[in-house]
Amino acid sequence: MFNPINAAFKKAKQEKRPALLTYTVAGDSTKKQSLDILKSISKNADILEVGMPHNTPVADGSQIQTSAYRAIKNGIKINDIFKIVKDFKKFDNSKPVILMGYYNMLFQYGENEFLNKCQTSGVNGLIIVDLPWPENKKFAKKCKNKSIYFIQLLSPTTTKERLKKIIKDSHPMNYFISMLSTTGGKLKVSSKEILSNYYKIKKINPKKNVVIGFGITEKTIKSLKKADGLVVGSAICKEITNSLKKRQNPVTNVNNVVKRLKMKIK
Amino acid sequence: MKIKKGIPVIDQGDKLGFWGGKFGGNFVPETLKKPIEDLENLFNKLKKNRKFIDERDMHFKNWIGTPTRFLKLENLTKHVGGAQIWSKVVSDANGGAHKIYNATVHCLLAKRSGKKVIIGDTGAGYAGKMLSMAAKKFGLKCKIFMGAKDIERQQPNVKAIKKNGAEVIPVYSGSQTLVDAVSECMRYWVANCDTTAMCVGSTVGPAVFVRICGWSTSQISRELKVQLIDEFGSIPKKLKLYNCVGGGSSSFGFWNEFMDYDKKQCEFIGVEAGGPAKSKKHAAPLTYGSKIGILHGAAQYVNQNTDGQIEETESISAGLDYPGISPLHCFLKDSKRARYTAASDEEALAAYKLVTKFEKLRPSLEPSHAFSVAIKESKKLSKDTIVVVNSCGDAYKDKGILEKKLGKKYV
Repeated sequence: MFNPINAAFKKAKQEKRPALLTYTVAGDSTKKQSLDILKSISKNADILEVGMPHNTPVADGSQIQTSAYRAIKNGIKINDIFKIVKDFKKFDNSKPVILMGYYNMLFQYGENEFLNKCQTSGVNGLIIVDLPWPENKKFAKKCKNKSIYFIQLLSPTTTKERLKKIIKDSHPMNYFISMLSTTGGKLKVSSKEILSNYYKIKKINPKKNVVIGFGITEKTIKSLKKADGLVVGSAICKEITNSLKKRQNPVTNVNNVVKRLKMKIK
Repeated sequence: MKIKKGIPVIDQGDKLGFWGGKFGGNFVPETLKKPIEDLENLFNKLKKNRKFIDERDMHFKNWIGTPTRFLKLENLTKHVGGAQIWSKVVSDANGGAHKIYNATVHCLLAKRSGKKVIIGDTGAGYAGKMLSMAAKKFGLKCKIFMGAKDIERQQPNVKAIKKNGAEVIPVYSGSQTLVDAVSECMRYWVANCDTTAMCVGSTVGPAVFVRICGWSTSQISRELKVQLIDEFGSIPKKLKLYNCVGGGSSSFGFWNEFMDYDKKQCEFIGVEAGGPAKSKKHAAPLTYGSKIGILHGAAQYVNQNTDGQIEETESISAGLDYPGISPLHCFLKDSKRARYTAASDEEALAAYKLVTKFEKLRPSLEPSHAFSVAIKESKKLSKDTIVVVNSCGDAYKDKGILEKKLGKKYV
């Protein structure tokens, strides 16, 4: 199946660097602003993860929670999220967009209806934090039928046996959670250890792209640049919060953060 | 949807942990898959292990104090003038509520797994208080997550938790009540599951937590069965068991041993928190027909909007102030084994006034919800009907609210 996610990894590899993935919450702090942020960072980011804000997140740290509550408070709905993606895709159709969120939101929307909407608005991948393997098998198949990647999460607690099974069923991109943490935790293990776990995953099937996320900031990103891709989320959400506090423009400030991140991995 | 006879309800889930094919399950981040599987294996092994059961029973007997009293509320019965009203005074248990059973079992499991720290959530503060007691007894370090709003309204329990040497971690996100405390506790576990055991304070959460809690609180109905036979010679022909339902741990435990009886003989009535009479908010997803959704790792009926955001609840009783409900109760509702209804804040307060006026019993605001419905329905029932209300908590923790709402003389 064709998916621009593959092209993004290919391009990064040609430039001998990891792909840069950003995570921002749809509707943070307003619908328009979150769209403007996507447009401005798309020059430097290779893949855009867009968070679907949920009010009982079980895996998010305080930065992303703050962003999510802010977006919900400002009235973001699932249909608005699709609209943001669609509007962004009109601006840059080749840039891959991944939606990330919790299962209840798409369960209420209806799995099929949700996937139809993903397709018409140009979503290329999905990360559903609380729909692990094997529970996600059926849904992942539905995604595949729509040429949307269902991205499997892998964790340091995932046993080797389980890793093999998940990777066998997985689509061309997987997501390795660097450490035992919610999003935005301080990196509490060495990058050496993270990479050693990462290579264990890569060894199982080297063809599948694996990105590393959780705890990645401007300070830590360079040390992990051997990975296929690196995700920065909380550091960006934090920048939005700080910008709002200082009455500065979050769009400019976030764009600068992403620029600096890109410089570090070039 | 049907309940199977002869198999404990906690063991009637399918391979993925769903009761009735759709309630429960394990909607958890990948990081928790392994610790949950480890806990499942440990629990499945130990619940069949005679030595472990003996150990549990020894602590239940010598430390928690079994059995809790079963007594007839003579004056209340006379006043109401219908069915015989009895109470199972579970608040006799060490610590003052049923939460001690689950807390004790979780600490025993944590010890067996070699964990040194145990964490837990709390709403009314009972689950937290009991976990801190049990952790102290079994030599575990303990952290309790509690919504900031609940910390304010349940001070006596907060003080007790601290006195037991546990750390109270205030949760400021969302509605600052139980739902947020459970989320924060789960998040903490995600980040520390290699060294820390988690106790979910009710029959909610990923399937194994639902099962462990139900297994633990079933002590209540094991005792009641013996007490009923002692009192009446056999299980009464018309028996009605009333219990408040928040997450659902005390009610499930109160009913479990009677599951296989015909509901015409032994009826289960669950009373949810209807919230303030004039408010649209409530904590009664079963009564008011909430849709199935995912909350804290399990599929259940849950108060939510069309976008799948969990809605805020409102109830005078912190212990019932939860937007979801145990998958076990969803299963009991849809298989029609139990009947669910709600009582408002005002009705619960009125029932508290009535019970304390006639009896030497001080049910907390949670069981006062159950008393409200039991009293109302008892009026219309025959004198040979045995109504039993689980008085699963003591009102000491509610003294601030009771004083404010009813005046000093009711405290």
